[in-house]
Formats: sequence, C-alpha cells, structure tokens
Amino acid sequence: MNVLNRLKENFSEVEQALSKQEAVEESNRCLYCYDAPCITACPTGIDIPSFIQKISSDNVYGSARTIMEANPVGASCARVCPTEELCEGACVLNHSTTPIMIGKLQRYATDWAKHNEKVLFKRGKPIDRSIGIIGGGPAGLSCARELAVQGYSVTIYEANEEAGGLDTYGIVSFRLPKAVSRWEVEQVEELGVEIQTNCKVGVDVSFDEIQSKHDSIVLAIGMGEVPNLHLPGETLEGVHDAIQLVKSTKKDDLPEPLVGKAGVVIGAGNTAIDGATCAVRLGAEQVQILYRRTSEEMTAYDFEYEFAKQDGVEFRWLTMPVHIHGNDEGKVTSIECMKMELQEPGEDGRRRVQPIEGSNFTIEVDFVIKAIGQNRYLELLNEIGVDHVNGVVRVEEGRFKTSLNDVYACGDVTFGEGHGEAMVVTAAEQGKQTAYRIHEHLQGQARTFA
Amino acid sequence: MADLMTNVGGITSPNPFWLASAPPTNSGYQVQRAFEAGWGGAVWKTLGDPIINTTSRFAAVSYNGQRVAGFNNIELITDRPLEVNLKEIYETKKRFPDHAIIASLMMEPKRERWHELVKRVEQVGVDGLELNFGCPHGMAERGMGAASGQVPELVEKQTYWVKEVATTPVIVKLTPNITDITATAEAAVRGGADSISLINTINSLAGVDIHTWNTIPNVDGKGAHGGYCGPAVKPIALNMVAECARNANVNVPISGIGGISNWQDAVEFMLMGASGVQVCTQAMHHGFRIVEDMIEGLNLYLDEKGLSSVSELTGQSVKRYSNWGDLNLNHQIVAEINNDVCINCNKCHIACEDTAHQCIDMLKDEYGNPILRVREEECVGCNLCSIVCPVDGAINMVEKLNDRPPMSWNERERVITSLTASKSS
Repeated sequence: MNVLNRLKENFSEVEQALSKQEAVEESNRCLYCYDAPCITACPTGIDIPSFIQKISSDNVYGSARTIMEANPVGASCARVCPTEELCEGACVLNHSTTPIMIGKLQRYATDWAKHNEKVLFKRGKPIDRSIGIIGGGPAGLSCARELAVQGYSVTIYEANEEAGGLDTYGIVSFRLPKAVSRWEVEQVEELGVEIQTNCKVGVDVSFDEIQSKHDSIVLAIGMGEVPNLHLPGETLEGVHDAIQLVKSTKKDDLPEPLVGKAGVVIGAGNTAIDGATCAVRLGAEQVQILYRRTSEEMTAYDFEYEFAKQDGVEFRWLTMPVHIHGNDEGKVTSIECMKMELQEPGEDGRRRVQPIEGSNFTIEVDFVIKAIGQNRYLELLNEIGVDHVNGVVRVEEGRFKTSLNDVYACGDVTFGEGHGEAMVVTAAEQGKQTAYRIHEHLQGQARTFA
Repeated sequence: MADLMTNVGGITSPNPFWLASAPPTNSGYQVQRAFEAGWGGAVWKTLGDPIINTTSRFAAVSYNGQRVAGFNNIELITDRPLEVNLKEIYETKKRFPDHAIIASLMMEPKRERWHELVKRVEQVGVDGLELNFGCPHGMAERGMGAASGQVPELVEKQTYWVKEVATTPVIVKLTPNITDITATAEAAVRGGADSISLINTINSLAGVDIHTWNTIPNVDGKGAHGGYCGPAVKPIALNMVAECARNANVNVPISGIGGISNWQDAVEFMLMGASGVQVCTQAMHHGFRIVEDMIEGLNLYLDEKGLSSVSELTGQSVKRYSNWGDLNLNHQIVAEINNDVCINCNKCHIACEDTAHQCIDMLKDEYGNPILRVREEECVGCNLCSIVCPVDGAINMVEKLNDRPPMSWNERERVITSLTASKSS
C-alpha cells in the first residue's frame, strides 16, 4: 500500500458502528422513562426513549424518522454531539448503572435509513411563498427542511461546492464522514429544496437580487476562516488555517502529506484538536498544541482532549507564540514562544495569564496550524446592512428576526457575544425554530395552491 | 454444610437436583456427564413403544433480548430402542450407585403392557419409576401422555396397574393442561402413587414468523402445538405445586418441576411443598455445569438460615398459601418513595397515572429538583410502582397501621350472615 492510501485509511471513521445485535441489546437496556430527561437535554428535543424503543421492536424506519423529524441533521449529530454533556449526561441510568449509548443508537438508526435509501419525509402541499436561505449548513438545511415540509418553495444559496456546511467541511472525516452529511443534504433536496452551490452571496449574486426573489430571507452563513494571529512570520509557507486544513482533508484527494514532519497548533478549542489530529493522520511525526492558559481553561470537549492524547498529540500549556521564523525560501522553520504564569481570575472567572519576561524559547517546526477561533463575515453583513455586533447578527430573542424586515438569522452567525453555544445540534434547532417563525408570519398571507 | 440428602417418596439422592425426563437424559453418556457435574438424580428420557421424531423440534421465546425466557418442544419420547436404553441405565447405575436413576415410562392404557414394561425396566436396577401422564403433544394424539393424564380415572387405573407389579417407588407426573390439577393428583394417590411430580409442559405455540407466516417451530411448513416450559412457566408450576401441597388428599411427596433455573427457584418450590426438584430448560440453555452453583447456593442459604437439612425446607410456606376469601381486608400497605435512591425515570408515575390509581405526583423540591411523591390516602398498595421501578430500594411498600382488626371476606360474610340472622329472629 502506498503512503497516500495508508494515510487515507487514517481518515475513515474511527468510532465503530453498533451491530444490529449490539443495538438491540443496548436499546433493551433503556428504561423508556416517562418525561425523560434525555429529551429535555437534547436541544432539538428528539423523543429519545421512543426512537430507542423502536430499535428494540425492529421498527428501525420509525426510529430514524423520529430522530430526523426532530433533527434534520440527526445523523451528523449522532456522531458529533457532546452526548455526555447532553442526552447521555442526563440519562437517569447515570445514577444507577451506566447511561444508554444514545449517540451510537441514533447512529445505528440513521445509518440504517441511509443504507436502505429510505425516504423519510414528503414535501407539503405547495404554498405560493418563497424563502431564500443563505448558507446550507446545519441551520440552513434544518430551516429548509421544515419549510419544505410545510410546502414552501425554498432555495439555498451555498458558497461551497456542496451543502452541509460545518458537517461537510468543518468536522474531521474520521469523526464525521462526508457521506453522512451528504445524505442529510439529499434528504432536504428530495423535498424539492433547490440548492444553488458555488454561489457566494455578495460575489456570485447580490443580496438585493435574492431579496427581490423571495418573501423571506434567512441568514445562516455561519463563520469564516481562522483570524490572523498578528504575529510576525504568519504568511510564511507552512502556516495553515485549521479550518482550511480540515476542509482539505474532506476532499476526495488528501492534501500534501506531512509525513515525518513536526509542527504546532495554536489554540485549544475543538478546532485546534481537529487541526492537530488531522496533522497526525496526515503523517506528522510530532504535533504539539500550544495554549497560553492551562487544561482548566481549554474550551475543547473532554472527549476531544482524550481523543487527541490517544492520537499522540502533545499539549504545552502556558505557552504563548510570539514569532514565527522562516528561512530564505520563505518556509517556516521554527516558532518562538514565551512561558506564561497564572494570575488572579479576571472578570470572566478564568484565571488571567501573564508572560514571564525573558522566558523566550524556540521550537523547531515544519508547520504551524492556527486555530484561534473563526472570523465573521463582516463585509457581507455590512453590505446587507443588518444590525450586528462584531459580526454576530442581532436577532430578536426566540424570534430569529433581524433588524431588517423579512430577514431572519440562525446558527453560528448569531452565536457568540454571550448568545448561545455553537453546537451543530443547537444550529439545527434554531433552523427549525426560524422556519416556524417564518411560517407563523407568512401563514396569514399565504394561500395554498388548489 | 447442611445435609442435602433428599428423599422423594422413597427415592434418595445426594442432593435435591434431578434432571427431568427430557433431551438431557436421553443417553447413558449424557446422564453420566450430568452425574459427574453433580446432579443428584436423573429421570431418564421416557421409555415406551418406538416412535419417530420430526425436525425441527424446539423453539424458544425471547423477551427484550433475553433468550429462552420460555421454551417449547414437539419432541416425543425416546427414539432409541428399549434394550439400548436399559443397557445404558444399567451401566450408569453401576458407575453411580448413590445417584438416583428414575425411569420415565409411557404406555398405552393397557394393564398387560404396563406390567410388561415395568418388569423389564426394573430388572436393570432403577431407583424408581415416573409415569409420564403429562406429555401434551404427539403421544397425546395416540391416547397416551397428557391424554390419559387429563382423565382422573385413567390416572388412577394406570397407576394402580403399575403398582401391582412395581417393586420400586412410583412417581406420577401430572399434566398442567387441566382445570384443576388436584383432581388428577388425588387420582394418582388413590391409585397408590408414592409421590407425584409436576408440572409437565403446557400446551403452547411458541410463535408465528411474521415474515413467512409459518408457525414456530415448523416442520416443512406445518406446525403443531408443543409443550411449554422454562422460566416463564415457573409461577404456573409453583401454584400447582402449592395447590397439591395444601390439599389434604394429596398426602404424598412432591417432586417440583417447572422453570427452576437456580437454587433460589428450588428453595421456593421446596418451601411450597416439594421434597426435591427437577430441572431441564436451564440445563439445555447452559449445560450441566449450572448445578455447581445450585448446590453451593443452596448450601450457603441453608447455613445462613441455620438449617441442618434441606428437607427442613419442604412445605414451610404451604400454610401461608390460602384462599382469597381468607386474606385480611384490613391490612394496608402504601408505596413510599425514597428520593435519595430514586433516579427519576418517572416510570412509577406513568404506571400509576395511566393504569392504576393516580396517586404518584411529579413535583419539584425546594431546590427545584424533580421528586416523586405518593399521595398515601389514595394509594391502594397495589405494588405496581415498586414492580416497574428499575432501582432496588427506591420504592418500598410499607405497612400503614390502622386501628381496624383483621377481617377477611369470609369472616365479613359470616358476620353479616349472623347479624341478618339475629335481626330476622
């Protein structure tokens, strides 16, 4: 096997699927609670005991329907949800034995529907109202699905080659294979939703033009690339953007391998973990995550942290990069860092950090991966003229209405600045809720075709 | 260690665990393996006139993934020649003189034929005979097994014929496929049975394949009723044993059979009147080695209870089994939920709300945490909540004292009758 094929295997799904027998045995362990806390803990409110019970009775179609009805990206969420903080964390069996593997059962049922090419939903009776959704990620797809089921005519404007957003491009394929996200997109398309791909609003089509075509617009544009570090040497060859790196591994052909190379990842969120584990799986010999605080303040989920450690990623706490050095050819060669020390907690409760004078040291590297959050689409938002705070679109609490008439927003573009938490499952729920608000608003005006 | 030596109507064995007459006791090889594993006795697979078996023969019922909750078979009596079986019985008995070998017998209801069979079998040195009046399938269509076991006169007559020539103790095995098993039990006693064993299997159809619409099991697309056994039948068997045990006319020892899967089940049957027990399905599910835990568990239990002999268990609970009309109507228990143990699955609430007496409320405590509370004045003490509760100790049924004296329905009726009588006089 050649190196590329071997590396490709590194990107196949890590987590094993449950066999039918495992799924049935696990489903039989579910207590089928009444008013179950797992349902409350799920942002999309999936009737979990019901879908699990349906697995046990071999009604897997019904199970998949129950899941996907509540969560149009339920197959992705089965893999990427921090279940121990959501449904599984709320499982009452935490108090007696061990919680039900809800995520894995959800994957079993949705995998079954995908594998058997089942049609789960039908388009509603057509309504002569049209909705334009900008962005085909979890929020946009979810919103589109609910509107199409109601009968609305829906068009998604997607900047990328394929819809699915974060699920398609942003989550490492060894956790979420692209085919899963693609299936969810197909489910939405089959309801008659038109998805215009490679169509970047503001570039390929103007916002005004879209607005003139639709009765309502939904902004579900998510977030952009990793912001600049504002460090000298940032533009050297070998300095990557974690989001772009992950995206490049989700194409049919892998990017240039990192076999035998050493590098660092700057940041300690889930994206940093993704960048680091991708680098390992591309063959890198040594990958270190640099974070200026400690594991206490790290925003990556515990299971992501564990996963990275299993992959051999090293963590260097209280380490702040200050300079990226390169050679004459413009290639990165090393990164200079300073040691930090912990101070008293700041206003946000997190302990502040302070660089230690004269603690500078250098790490030899072949590559540097930036993973310090994501940029906002400020330019587009300003062009649209919608109210926002640093790129976070302001919406009416619970109504998803922006400052503009008939323009709604949901998903990552509304997250941040203290509003909500950026999870796929939350975006999906917001997409659904936005669809319901639009429907409520248009219901009075719309008429169904006879 | 307590004495496990068992005596069932004159048949002794080193412990109360016998293998029932069934596939596990089909051959000398199997019975010897069983004795090596520790089984105290074995009732040999029923001997009788030659038969032909079908394929397939068995089916089981799974419940929520738990296999062999119930077991169904359409296998007939032994399909091996009588002389082969007798030779192997002889050899086995020689190797294991202290273990009990009981020959199960089935014969058409003819005196001479029974005499002939009993004599031939007793020649090889069995410890006793068990008359198979219980097998519900196949043989019953030819007037044997359950067909004769359902007619008290036939049970009595055939037992009598056997006793005319038998020199070893005779057990009569009863079918549960009858309205009142004490009727045939009494008949067996009248016929001279030294003991009775019950229950044989219950008429059953294990299932229907919802895809092919065939019966389960099926033989070339056709099915016929089988006999049901295994854990699912235990409560039915236990009741029948208890009914016989508390019947004054059934004054012979009982060999308990029906879904006995471990030493605890065995203790229950013995407390309800059995002198020993017979096991089959559990061995078919897991092999003969299960007896090791049965013996050890029983021994430890007897030590813990301070009993020196297993025979002391027999019948201890019989006097507590009575008629509904004798139950104290003034006794009250209510459910008490221990919120420290409760995991808030709310199964008690929904069970009570939908299907019982609507007296468990889902509330919040002072900190806003969910709690469940029983409205005691509405609680009828039905036990349902504690039955569906998945956590031990979360719901206790506790006695609620009242100042009413014990009063059963029968006593109440008597009082009312006497009051009416005194009024009218």
